[in-house]
Amino acid sequence: MNTTRLIIVAVGGQGNLLASRVLGEAALLSDIPVRMSEIHGMAQRGGVVESSIVFGDARSTVISDGEADVLIGFEPSETLRALNKCNLNTVVITNLAKLPSFTVTTGKSVYPDLDVLQELIRNKTAKLIAFDAASLAIKAGNVLSVNMVLLGALIQTHTVPLSAENVKEAIIKRTREAFVESNLKAFDLGFSAAQGLG
Amino acid sequence: MHKLLTEHSGLKMLLLGNEAIARGAVEAGVAVGTTYPGTPSSEISTNFFQMSRESDLYFEYSTNEKVALEVAAATANSGLRSMCVMKHVGMNVAADVFMTLAYIGVKGGLVIVTADDPYMFSSQNEQDNRYYSKFSGLPMVEPSSVQEAKDMVAYAFDISEKLQQPVIFRTTTRINHSTADVVLGEIKAPQTSGDISKDPFNQVPVPAVARNLHARLLKKLETAEKMSENSKYNFIMGNGVWGIICNGVSYNYVSDAAKDLNIEHRVKIFRMGFSYPMPRATIKQFLKECEKVLVVEEGEPFMEETVKMLAQEEKLTLPILGKSEKYFSRLYEFDPALVRQSMATCFDVAYTPAKVPDLSDIPEIPDRPPNLCAGCSHRATFYAVKKASEGMDTICPTDIGCYTLGFLPPLAMGDFLICMGASAGVSCGFSIKTNKKVISFIGDSTFFHSGIPGLINAVYNNHNFTMVILDNGTTAMTGHQPNPGVDMKELDIDGYGRVSIEEIVRAVGVSHVTVIRPYRVKKSIHAVKEALNFKGVSVVISKEMCTLYAKGLKKARGKPFFVSDKCKGHKNCINELACPAFYIENQRVNIDPVMCSGCSVCAQICPEHAILPIRDT
Repeated sequence: MNTTRLIIVAVGGQGNLLASRVLGEAALLSDIPVRMSEIHGMAQRGGVVESSIVFGDARSTVISDGEADVLIGFEPSETLRALNKCNLNTVVITNLAKLPSFTVTTGKSVYPDLDVLQELIRNKTAKLIAFDAASLAIKAGNVLSVNMVLLGALIQTHTVPLSAENVKEAIIKRTREAFVESNLKAFDLGFSAAQGLG
Repeated sequence: MHKLLTEHSGLKMLLLGNEAIARGAVEAGVAVGTTYPGTPSSEISTNFFQMSRESDLYFEYSTNEKVALEVAAATANSGLRSMCVMKHVGMNVAADVFMTLAYIGVKGGLVIVTADDPYMFSSQNEQDNRYYSKFSGLPMVEPSSVQEAKDMVAYAFDISEKLQQPVIFRTTTRINHSTADVVLGEIKAPQTSGDISKDPFNQVPVPAVARNLHARLLKKLETAEKMSENSKYNFIMGNGVWGIICNGVSYNYVSDAAKDLNIEHRVKIFRMGFSYPMPRATIKQFLKECEKVLVVEEGEPFMEETVKMLAQEEKLTLPILGKSEKYFSRLYEFDPALVRQSMATCFDVAYTPAKVPDLSDIPEIPDRPPNLCAGCSHRATFYAVKKASEGMDTICPTDIGCYTLGFLPPLAMGDFLICMGASAGVSCGFSIKTNKKVISFIGDSTFFHSGIPGLINAVYNNHNFTMVILDNGTTAMTGHQPNPGVDMKELDIDGYGRVSIEEIVRAVGVSHVTVIRPYRVKKSIHAVKEALNFKGVSVVISKEMCTLYAKGLKKARGKPFFVSDKCKGHKNCINELACPAFYIENQRVNIDPVMCSGCSVCAQICPEHAILPIRDT
């Protein structure tokens, strides 16, 4: 079986690890070999959280520079920062809702322009799917479901060997009961949003 | 029921490496678990702690790694399977125990988990703890996958009991923090009581006894090497003449690379899982069958040195390559592309690396450095000390914990750091001849861990400095584990004692002791000033619960604050506190009400009194 390498980057608190966990469970349900690795040194203190997920026949859980097949960024400047993981064939999915770092909010550095950012990513990869996942999360009824919105978009692109049914089943199994409904709705909204983009 | 206590043998479950290790211990019938928490090992203990509350497993957070291993050494010598868990640098603290415990040995199995951290994702050094096995003479195993992380625990216990020796179980971050599906095995019920069989001439290593015990240790190592020769975890794959010797996660990169480079038929891969003592006879035979050998190991040339020595013994002249500028560095961690490239270079195979996009036109991306949380009590303490010491020439040694981040501007409180507890000892040293005011910072858990002896030294040798103990009521950095100062009843857990930091400090003879509540800014500055002016050893205990921990315990704080129209834009709040709840919009300072914990420190320092609590509408 071919391998698919997916990287998810996010800011601590955005639910990256839960998203990875859901994909892992979905792979388990679909009998697809999966291994993941996460780096979250000081995530709770505002740092970057990076997970790599490798589907298919490989033993490594780490993804080298230039070797991601798919990159999902939960925050646009983090997506840009992770561009070194991509190549000309990489599909990139990014949230466009900014979470400016403290240096930006206090006027000590400048946040990259979003149009420029998208143009740069588009030119250096195969495809960019960019949309405001935060507003869809709010529409789904839970501002914290950005992660599920982006999973929906991921599954729509058919870039990973998982079906919407299996991912939804994993969402039901792995996310807190009180949030299952809004999570599923967020997933669907993300799925629809990705249609016709990129 | 805790998911790791699931009886269902054969079930496939998605597990984090650390969960797999904890499950492996349960399957092996572990009776006792001890630890001092440290990333990347912490989740093993978190799971032990949870499981101990609903099973026969005994688990404790010990005050430090040395004590943790002493506890486990005794339970193992009472015949109980015991596991002691720590991060790599914890082994330095526990070294005094295991270097001699190696002579004494164990009766029940003892597995010591050391979680190494190549690249130092969350550590102060990247020491390679494989040398500890060679140094102590204790056998070592190293898993390459999450499944092995579980399976090899029971194996390590078996080796330990056969040899009557502790076994070192060495992982790296990429094992601890990897997740994969794991097939569960059967759970073995733990033994619930044990006893020492007294044998002082083997268990009290006075010199005459120790001389015999050292000889016995070397004999045991011979037996261990035979086990290593026959271990299923030391295996050889492939029949080629290009040899590769690897261990841990490097094995994953090597086997993927052999496939990617299409050289599986040409290589012969020796995976070392029982990696000390190394199976010397098998390695010699392996070398004889190879034309060239590449040793792939993160960290130090631990295996490479032995392999080269064995080649010399056999008068073999084949090239043995490993650590060099051309192939592998002793620095940081490996990744698949690096290993693929080095294998291609070594064996002269065509390889085109993936094309990394040209990033030269990417604008500067603002950094996202870790920061103390909004409302963190450490920020308030650092601010008070900074204000109290204005105009003084200071040296501020700091210690290991969240508060280490206080070294970053604008707080800039932290000039020197070595290891857990060292702030106390180095403060003694800095105060001797520098003629500067020494102010040291240490957290509550670190104080219990190893700060106390340094403080006693300060009192005894009459040093002159101020120790600020940042008591936030938890071991925050590693995920809010309890420590001896924590009120366990807050967690609804009975059966624990509680140790008062203030009583300890007074008991060791510190004559100037103050307790401050750091959110009361003026009072705190005043109290710190008095402590700084005291000649001799003074201690300030700054007590305020970790704001994240308080949130978790649902301990409501004050209302969030907002910046009113009175603001004249001095920006003292942002420039001096750097609390992440602040943001600037249209040149105006604002506070994110979701992030603000209502600590009120910024409101107290605002020259215009412009920062006010949000009132109910």
